[in-house]
Amino acid sequence: MIPAGLMNTLQVTVLVLVAAGATVVVRTRTRVRQVLALSVYGMLLAILFLVFQAPDVTLSELTVGAIVLPIILLLAIAKVSKPDRKRER
Amino acid sequence: MTPRQRLWFFAVAAAGLVACYLWAFAGLPGFGGYPGPYGQEILRVAVQQTNATGVVSAINFEYRGFDTVGEEFILFAAAAGMSVVLRKLREERETEPTDEADSRTVPPSSSAVRVAALLMVGPTAVLGWWLASHAQASPSGGFQGGVILASAFLLIYLAGEFLSFRRLSPDALLDAVEAVGAGGFAAIGLAAIAMNLPYLYNYLPLGTIPGAVSSSGTIALISFFVGIEVAAAFVLIVGELLDQTLLRSA
Repeated sequence: MIPAGLMNTLQVTVLVLVAAGATVVVRTRTRVRQVLALSVYGMLLAILFLVFQAPDVTLSELTVGAIVLPIILLLAIAKVSKPDRKRER
Repeated sequence: MTPRQRLWFFAVAAAGLVACYLWAFAGLPGFGGYPGPYGQEILRVAVQQTNATGVVSAINFEYRGFDTVGEEFILFAAAAGMSVVLRKLREERETEPTDEADSRTVPPSSSAVRVAALLMVGPTAVLGWWLASHAQASPSGGFQGGVILASAFLLIYLAGEFLSFRRLSPDALLDAVEAVGAGGFAAIGLAAIAMNLPYLYNYLPLGTIPGAVSSSGTIALISFFVGIEVAAAFVLIVGELLDQTLLRSA
């Protein structure tokens, strides 16, 4: 068991990191970089849930927030930023 | 509206928001305080009643199983809708991507990435399968297991093996697995009605050792069906998007 005082310190640290991570995601202007920041932010959220003793939500957040959502966004960005050949003709 | 007026408008609105926010915060229970009776009650009786040591699974697939059916079908509908919207139209033909800048040499994907991704495929698949099929003892259940299983397939793509990824996950198989997963969940519930029991009633033997493979009755079975449904749905969604991005439709 982790002692209660250390646990509180850990919880506050992770809360501050999550707030900082969210700010970084919002302040990042390049799309691909923003997605990578979002992925790291998802990882931070997963750690937050772990520290607050919710291992099931941790696994969901880790897989959906840090892996699947960034992949879907990267694919969407790749799709829309590719020149459309039909229109060029 | 001039910028100056807009600024005043914002200042008033922001002050109101801050005031309401602080008021709401003042009324919150203390940090870590839990006023509701249900959580404590569930923690007291769940292991005895269901023989599942993974209490989260017991809640998801037993106490609020009906909600979980709904959530299951949200994902099912999302994946089905995606396949319909992104389907190949009659006049569309898919062609392999062509290199638009022949003169430029594309750097090959780094072997560190390839090796790391391929090494992680096996452990990731095993972890996902274990979480999905051992919900009675694992910290979570079918949903988490399913997504982790799906990310094992994504790792194959990440290792640079797009064609292997598509060959391992043909759409017809994914559709079938997804349907079996979603249908299996609903059918387990309907079987209870056929036995004159409430929908999703846990009618299977609960076993004698809490958390053992044979314990928890329908909980482990439902979680397994949820797991394969979720895995198929996520691979299907990402596969459709990969097709959209990498293959050229003309």
